[in-house]
Amino acid sequence: MASKTQNAQVDAKKVLEVVEDQFTTLQILNEEGEVVNEAAMPNLSDEQLQELMRRMVYTRILDQRSISLNRQGRLGFYAPTAGQEASQLASQFALEKEDFILPGYRDVPPIVWHGLPLYQAFLWSRGHFEGGQIPDGVNIAIPQIIIGAQYVQTAGVALGFKKRGVKAVALTYTGDGGTSQGDFYEGMNFAGAYKAPAIFIAQNNRFAISTPVEKQTAAKTLAQKAVAAGIPGIQVDGMDPLAVYAAVREARERAVNGEGPTFIETLTYRYGPHTMAGDDPTRYRTAELDNEWEKKDPLVRFRKFLEKKGLWNEEKENEVIEQAKEDIKEALKKADAAPKQKVTDLISITNTDLPYNLEEQYEIYKAKESK
Amino acid sequence: MAQMTMIQAITDAMRVELKNDPNVLVFGEDVGVNGGVFRATEGLQNEFGEDRVFDTPLAESGIGGLAVGLSLQGFRPVPEIQFFGFVYEVMDSISGQAARLRYRTGGKFNAPITFRSPFGGGVHTPDMHADSLEGLMAQQPGLKVVIPSTPYDAKGLLISSIRDNDPVIFLEHMKLYRSFRQEVPEGDYTIPLGKADVKREGTDISIITYGAMVHESLKAAEELEKEGFSAEVIDLRTVSPIDIETIIASVEKTGRAIVVQEAQKQAGVGANVVAEISDRAILSLEAPVLRVAAPDTIYPFPQAEAAWLPNYKDVIETAKKVLTF
Repeated sequence: MASKTQNAQVDAKKVLEVVEDQFTTLQILNEEGEVVNEAAMPNLSDEQLQELMRRMVYTRILDQRSISLNRQGRLGFYAPTAGQEASQLASQFALEKEDFILPGYRDVPPIVWHGLPLYQAFLWSRGHFEGGQIPDGVNIAIPQIIIGAQYVQTAGVALGFKKRGVKAVALTYTGDGGTSQGDFYEGMNFAGAYKAPAIFIAQNNRFAISTPVEKQTAAKTLAQKAVAAGIPGIQVDGMDPLAVYAAVREARERAVNGEGPTFIETLTYRYGPHTMAGDDPTRYRTAELDNEWEKKDPLVRFRKFLEKKGLWNEEKENEVIEQAKEDIKEALKKADAAPKQKVTDLISITNTDLPYNLEEQYEIYKAKESK
Repeated sequence: MAQMTMIQAITDAMRVELKNDPNVLVFGEDVGVNGGVFRATEGLQNEFGEDRVFDTPLAESGIGGLAVGLSLQGFRPVPEIQFFGFVYEVMDSISGQAARLRYRTGGKFNAPITFRSPFGGGVHTPDMHADSLEGLMAQQPGLKVVIPSTPYDAKGLLISSIRDNDPVIFLEHMKLYRSFRQEVPEGDYTIPLGKADVKREGTDISIITYGAMVHESLKAAEELEKEGFSAEVIDLRTVSPIDIETIIASVEKTGRAIVVQEAQKQAGVGANVVAEISDRAILSLEAPVLRVAAPDTIYPFPQAEAAWLPNYKDVIETAKKVLTF
């Protein structure tokens, strides 16, 4: 027997539309480098604008060199960053030195610009413990390999700032795939419940290795996932450095004023493979999609914007490129000079006080190493 | 000195450390105003405020991440996992993160976190409350795993755990929480981690054990005494790292040994103790080192606990096999 038809208690379509309407994309610069949203324009000096461009160009070169150094066997694990310069660098640019960054495995550039010496970033890539010996006063964690773990830890770092009464924020990054993790949700929810000063960024480059974002979730935006934590969420054009900067700066403002965390989705694209460990994007991405996103290159639009203001030219750009190449060469030299790791080194850094088994094994390996 | 149950001794240890070090933070599910589901944190929020002793959302992984993050800010977190069966939700924060923080940063940072959690059978808890999962933790380099069996040990070991600069898993056996009282000194004292305790001296056989099985072993030792056998009972107290010196000195004296654990035979730390004895004292042994452990099934339904959990009778039976080998 057919059940009695009732009036629908939930207008499912409307519920979704009402949510989705809240998450339009913030854009300030279009692909031609024209300001399309004057009202949202961040307050940056000419010098700051030039510095941000300098960092973006520098990091594009760093990516190109890192890929070729990896191919030559001079670097190890490497996750390409080209295409994500606005998302990674404009977000870091909106921070202060006392702010703490918890990066994912692809987020080496933001921690380098936050103070990690380049040679240590190279040592981390190669797999050397000195890469993780973060200098005093540099407020970063080393890149997190377990996707989502950085999110729950960010809630803790942010709560720490709140408890210490320090006006600073903890900022973390994950990718689009990472938003499916439990820790992603728990991290934002904890920070929300404690009104902790945290900024959660999901860099949506549309692919988690080969899996398109449509296979991660039925949610129309990732930004709306903030709703589940009861915190503000915003979707920004992640190829637009000014929009990313404005969104992070505003989130930082809210956080240090005690208003709690924000979740930011940056719409971006990685031009290269997932990592240098044999990933081949032509297996899962079309040339059309690549072309579409290459037109959105953050460097191109920011260059046009600055050139129109008379703040950038080819000479400046070449200077940066030369500087980057020079620095990379120096950093490699320094990384090469790091002493070879010994088992006794690894034992020494495992515990503060060595347990009996490690004490014994230390002696065994010390004897081996002295042969 | 005061007469205390183990749970009171545990509360007292946290009180001492909250007072002693402003960086100590106690948090978890229902540890605040409620004082914990076992009253382990009773009165602490009242005394030290919500800033130091606080409730969390119901998410173990989030609790673990919170602890790691707070330790990056120089705090000394003492999070509680309500029952250790829920550790699966927070395995990454413990084994993948806290245990490796010092190593990953080349000694730059460390994670002085004490994860407190109840476990243990005999009190008819529902599924996933009583499982003995110390073996999982004992296999993770970077972690220490502590299991007290008396109020006195619990307080001194918990203070040491909180002061330790590396992560410690502090497991509290539910059946021992209130089963007896003991004289516990007021204020501050510590028991070194990694040090076993000879709970009873003997000359014929070494019984190496921990947790609730310490008391089963002591009971067995009394019975064995009546039959003319002198058993030495060693309470490991720290199951990772184990106290090799105390174990080997005892085995060299007695020439016979058994290892007694509540965990399944394929779990726990018994196999490691046997292996260490075989490596280091084979020439002193008159008989193989046998193990008393639970059967290799999933933890029993509550009504099957009595038939499943090892007890003093199993200890006597196994001890006799070794004594008459």
